[in-house]
Amino acid sequence: MEPRRDPRGALVRPYAVTRGRTEPSRDIALEAVLSANATQATEARFAGHDKYRIATVCEGRAQSLAEIAAYTRMPLGVTRVLVADMVAEGLLTLHTAAPATGYEERMNLLGRVLSGLREL
Amino acid sequence: MDFANYDPAGARRSREIISAKIVVAGGFGVGKTTLVGAISEITPLTTEALMTAAGVGIDDSSKVPGKETTTVAMDFGRITMAQDLILYLFGTPGQTRFWFMWDEIIRGAVGAAVLVDTRRITDAFAPLDYFENRKLPYVVALNRFDDAPQYELEEVREALAISRDVPLVMCDARHRDSVKQVLVTVVEHAMLRLQNEHGRGYAPVG
Ligand SMILES: Nc1nc2c(ncn2[C@@H]2O[C@H](COP(=O)(O)OP(=O)(O)OP(=O)(O)O)[C@@H](O)[C@H]2O)c(=O)[nH]1
Ligand SMILES: [Mg+2]
Repeated sequence: MEPRRDPRGALVRPYAVTRGRTEPSRDIALEAVLSANATQATEARFAGHDKYRIATVCEGRAQSLAEIAAYTRMPLGVTRVLVADMVAEGLLTLHTAAPATGYEERMNLLGRVLSGLREL
Repeated sequence: MDFANYDPAGARRSREIISAKIVVAGGFGVGKTTLVGAISEITPLTTEALMTAAGVGIDDSSKVPGKETTTVAMDFGRITMAQDLILYLFGTPGQTRFWFMWDEIIRGAVGAAVLVDTRRITDAFAPLDYFENRKLPYVVALNRFDDAPQYELEEVREALAISRDVPLVMCDARHRDSVKQVLVTVVEHAMLRLQNEHGRGYAPVG
């Protein structure tokens, strides 16, 4: 019998680029932002075509996981696996997606988002 | 709560960038992409996730020959608020059969705006049911289409059985100022909720 898959695990990563792995080494939120500095982008040249493309997208401008997937035209699941690898390899820097660690911190974030919206 | 995004190597970061997201939900064709596009600094982008038949609730994939996987597209926009703060707006896929995707989209969000098309009010039942059963703060925004019947907000609140403590606003998804107001309402509502929960000693929504 087929094992039941959880919804996230049901994302199929059909490409050889992930070498058949379907679980990223760490969970990365859709909106988590990643960046690559010049050194990281240079190093990524030797990490294979797809990783180099990802590093190029993130060089000089932080991009979310969702943006990386959109700009590289790779499915989200594949992108998540590659990005997680690159973070582990030091080729990308993962920034914090909205920390929900405590009341004060969360309120402060919401307050900043609110004034950011009002200033638009 | 977990620490999936906790990065012990954080110390060597030059600058930490925080991102937050607001979800724009609603049924098919209610104006989600229009709303995101009206305020996003980039033309809404689309990302695709591939799902197995199992993932979309088709129990027997043999009944759908050659259709073992299906593509779910979601679109999103971006507002860079400061060098270290980015707000993302994520639209949900319109079809309700992709609800398992909604779960991923709402995870960690500030809150959501549920868009309602005033020409097809009852299409909002399913999306509203979804949010009523989640912890995420949400507001309901009536997207006024030109040829739509004009309703009073309170009529709609009653028709859709929207609870008193859920904000309900009118909007025009094509207009930036109107969209801005919807998003402001989402964040204010999220702050109020957080404050109330904190006052009552609950852990924050995350
Ligand atoms: N008159 C009017 N038309 C609108 C408004 N918002 C959206 N539309 C139109 O309605 C149609 C559907 O809008 P979309 O933004 O694509 O809707 P959606 O919710 O993203 O649709 P799906 O992603 O397919 O579920 C488009 O032709 C829009 O131009 C509005 O506020 N007023
Ligand atoms: Mg759309």
